[in-house]
Amino acid sequence: MPTVGVNRDKLFEKLGKAYTDEEFDQLCFEYGIELDDVTSEKEMLRKELASTVAKGADSKLAAEAAAASEEVIYKIDIPANRYDMLCVEGIARALNIFRGTQAAPQYRLADMATGKQPLQMVVKPETALVRPFVVCAVLRGVQFDAARYNSFIDLQDKLHQNLCRQRTLVAIGTHDLSTIQGPFTYEALPPEEIKFIPLKQTREFNAKELMQYYLDNDQKLKKFVPIIQSSVVYPVLYDANRVVLSLPPIINGAHSALAFGSFPASCSPSFHTPHSPSTHMITLDTRDVFIECTATDLTKAKIVLNTVVTMFAEYASTPFEVEPVEVVDVLGNKTLYPDLSYRSLTLTTDYVNSLLGLQLPGEEIVKLLTKMQVAAELGDGKELTVRVPPTRSDILHACDVAEDVAIAHGYNNIPKRIPPTATQGRELPLNQLTELLRAEVAMAGFTEVLTWALVSRAENFENMRRPDDGCTAVEIGNPATAEFEVCRSSLLSSALKTLAANKDNALPIKLFEVSDAIMLDESRSVGARNERRLVAVYCAKESGFEIIHGLLNRVMDVLGVPYKEDPVSAGAPVTYHWSPSADPALFPGRQAAIFTGKDAQVGVFGIVHPEVLAAFDVPYPVSALELNLEPFVFNQFYESLLEPLSVVPAAAQAMKVLCDHQRPLKT
Amino acid sequence: MADLESSLLQALNVQEVIADSGELAKNLGVEHIVLVGTIRSLQASEMVLAEDIDHFRYVLTEEAQGYLTAGSPEAQVFNSVPAGEGIAMTDLKAKVPGEAGDVGFKQAMQQRWLALDKSGSGEPRVVRKVDSIEDRTQQLLADVASGREIPKTEADNLAKKRKLIRPEQWKTYKLTKGPKFALERKKPATDLTFEMLAKNAWRNLEFKEYNFNALGAPPAGGQLHPLLKVRSQFRKIFTQMGFEEMPTNQYVESSFWNFDALFQPQQHPARDAHDTFFLNKPATTPSARGVDPDYLQRVKSVHEVGGYGSAGYGYSWKLAESEKNLLRTHTTAVSSRMLHRLANQPGEFKPAKYFSIDRVFRNEQVDRTHLAEFHQVEGLVCDRGLTLGDLIGVLNQFFSRLGLKKLRFKPAFNPYTEPSMEIFSYSEQLGKWMEVGNSGMFRPEMLRPMGLPEDVNVIAWGLSLERPTMILYGIDNIRDLFGHKVSLAMVKKNPICRLGL
Repeated sequence: MPTVGVNRDKLFEKLGKAYTDEEFDQLCFEYGIELDDVTSEKEMLRKELASTVAKGADSKLAAEAAAASEEVIYKIDIPANRYDMLCVEGIARALNIFRGTQAAPQYRLADMATGKQPLQMVVKPETALVRPFVVCAVLRGVQFDAARYNSFIDLQDKLHQNLCRQRTLVAIGTHDLSTIQGPFTYEALPPEEIKFIPLKQTREFNAKELMQYYLDNDQKLKKFVPIIQSSVVYPVLYDANRVVLSLPPIINGAHSALAFGSFPASCSPSFHTPHSPSTHMITLDTRDVFIECTATDLTKAKIVLNTVVTMFAEYASTPFEVEPVEVVDVLGNKTLYPDLSYRSLTLTTDYVNSLLGLQLPGEEIVKLLTKMQVAAELGDGKELTVRVPPTRSDILHACDVAEDVAIAHGYNNIPKRIPPTATQGRELPLNQLTELLRAEVAMAGFTEVLTWALVSRAENFENMRRPDDGCTAVEIGNPATAEFEVCRSSLLSSALKTLAANKDNALPIKLFEVSDAIMLDESRSVGARNERRLVAVYCAKESGFEIIHGLLNRVMDVLGVPYKEDPVSAGAPVTYHWSPSADPALFPGRQAAIFTGKDAQVGVFGIVHPEVLAAFDVPYPVSALELNLEPFVFNQFYESLLEPLSVVPAAAQAMKVLCDHQRPLKT
Repeated sequence: MADLESSLLQALNVQEVIADSGELAKNLGVEHIVLVGTIRSLQASEMVLAEDIDHFRYVLTEEAQGYLTAGSPEAQVFNSVPAGEGIAMTDLKAKVPGEAGDVGFKQAMQQRWLALDKSGSGEPRVVRKVDSIEDRTQQLLADVASGREIPKTEADNLAKKRKLIRPEQWKTYKLTKGPKFALERKKPATDLTFEMLAKNAWRNLEFKEYNFNALGAPPAGGQLHPLLKVRSQFRKIFTQMGFEEMPTNQYVESSFWNFDALFQPQQHPARDAHDTFFLNKPATTPSARGVDPDYLQRVKSVHEVGGYGSAGYGYSWKLAESEKNLLRTHTTAVSSRMLHRLANQPGEFKPAKYFSIDRVFRNEQVDRTHLAEFHQVEGLVCDRGLTLGDLIGVLNQFFSRLGLKKLRFKPAFNPYTEPSMEIFSYSEQLGKWMEVGNSGMFRPEMLRPMGLPEDVNVIAWGLSLERPTMILYGIDNIRDLFGHKVSLAMVKKNPICRLGL
């Protein structure tokens, strides 16, 4: 969720009302934005300073903090789909219309019919190799002051971060139209052939050396270099005199920069993250602004362009009027941008009312939608035609319109109803059995722990002395830390980690967990499955092997599964037994594998191998039991109640089989 | 010890009163301090009564012991100075070396026993001023040593200034018979035993007083984990409200079910590698394995060009992106599978209420409030004609079972719900509104491609299990709750979970 910092007093000026923080917070709550923090530039710099002081004092920052403005800044969280609210202009406009203090503006293109030709942008075919789309627009006579200008820069910055996905999808360039001349061309050329003086530089670079220069010298720009660096051609915009407008998505040319003599130097225009805006120099300056958005995604480019022009057309000589630019594509097709058309959506008042659980008359719905910038017209009967303004790209469907009605009506004014849906409650049998067994194991004297499914590869294999055969554990491709490399294929390592972290506790320590191990499994459509397991450990001065063995017997008793050699097991549909095993994680000669049915192994118990204990830093001997519970998820008729979520269709048939003694319980 | 106790009791029995236990100790040939232990023990059993006798005396310090025979330092120095021509200072120091020499010289000068003669040439000489002296200090020390009292001013001087004597205080006791006096002690029983019952001995036994100021012994049984106790209560609340549990025991999920089926566009920030754990192995779920090709086509189409009344996102949807495997970022991935299953079951549409509580994964740095995995609680109702009013109703029902009776709702954004509401609850303790969960109605772009009838709506909500648990049990670091660094003492001490009572 993007957060926008706005000057409180500027915002209140636009709202025509000074709110208390509480009142403004309440207004935000109703509209669905959030007043996240009340601060000031000085405060923010002070915090930044405090965090850098630890790393060594920064006297420059300290001086900046001392000189910074104490004007109150509201940090406002904006929903991720409301790009039109990423600047103070958009927030004030939305809230004004919501409160009914301002009518929604009519965004329109300047009339080109009177013989005036629109500027042209001609797209060359090579751009298809790297960044195929461009859309443009012109704002005439924009009156800037420092605050408006900073907001203009901040909006581009916010759009670059969010909708533009760090400039990969769309990049915005803004230019002083008086310094360049159409028609413009959008080309893609080998980097060595592109030569220009980039913004903030004083000498000419070719694009290839410029990329290297940014990689070596520019913390902010270097992260964008990989977007085009490996391409054989780089995208570039020229004017009629071969002046470079920009090298998207990296940097503008110095030539066409929107420069304002009296503005602080730090506020240079787009493709650049501004420093803290300073507002003490107010000089009005009027400019014709040329805006271009190059993109790999045309839909998003159009949204970005619309957002920039609809927000700042507020300050144009004719407010809310935008001069179009004709883009000539490779095939010679001409399209006028921006597309400020109002999308039409038809729905019924019944739809709105039935979705919200209200009985609003049509006129009321129309009135409410007006508060959300959506003009609506009642047709015959219950038909409702809405015109979605170019600012509201978030409205995709009639349900979005209905939500706007709900917001304008007030969520908290909607009468509640208990859904009439009559259904039967039911626990997943696997989880119900888990609940029952957890209580039994705790009754047997073991304390429950809850550990992570994500472990390091070493914890899952090497430390356990178990080889990694490459077809056991689920592997994470992009872990943020080395702690989380694989999903555990056994719960024992986590229990040992818990013992190590709690070795100061009084002995014996008896722990258990019922959780899922995760293993690769081709029979599942996703290629892996969870397996519900019980792990228990006994840690004391002596191994306690027979105590863990006793726990196994107890667990099987409560599961109603008799020991195979027990006379009562005669005729029992499911039995269990154990025999000496050779698990490398356990001590030789003091371990056994657990079986059910004829020969299906379901677990293991034994004394943990001393090398394993050493690897986990556990100083005392430990005995452990790990048991797959899934073969025992059956009802009183011994019918398996496992309900896997995803199976490969062919295997689906095999799952609904009775788990009687005729069929070995495969794990 | 027993002998000492018996000797004391015998003596008291004969004498009726023992005037001073100090004397008794001397007679019995033991240190008084040893006898004190016996007296205290007998006193506690009310066999003897003891009355304090305070004693005070001076004793010689270690330094002073030597002066008893050798004479005080000042006397030693005086005696080292020959009558007549006296002695050079350096020679005198050699004769009475060290501290004794310095102190003695100073004292002798103060007493005007000696003087410095600087008349001759060369070094000044120490000469006698008097012919003979009386060693008063030595006499006083001898008095103290033999227990005689000495004048207060002199005692103060010796004790405080010269540190030759020090005060010593001690107690002895006057002993008389106590109410339970006997020649032999009866040991009180500490516990009622099988033998006492068998022999009926408990009637004649004296029982030691029990110390009620201590805690009892902890029971030997095991304990359940607090987060899972809370989980159990949530499960009860859901099932009591008629919800059926979804099979969420599958952490590995394809992007298709986790994102695409939920109408989450492929460039959505949540699909970034820094938010989601993508997998190397198993890297993908080929769509042929389980996704109905017609449904897949409908999902692709609703993303690209819309449909079902939607404008769509207008981008080029990539099959390969949807096949990427991940660790599910929300249990809603399971909900989408379950709703698709519901839409495609044979026969007429049947309404459903589903819930789940299980782990979800986020590729985040671990800190006090964030883990890479946590438990998501999710509930949903799928039926014909459900409204936002139904969602508000069911949320009020659910959260009031958790004790959160005062709710309000804030508009929010979520790619797969519309309308979307954040749920806030008023905390009487904190005096403010707190966010307690998220909710909404699933978008038609998600439901219609699955094949659910047009009048079927789904209302759903979710919250984390960790947050309410941390509030309930007063835990401020999530790692103390979930993970191997858990405090076992916390697990052992935490109370039952009363949610839903």
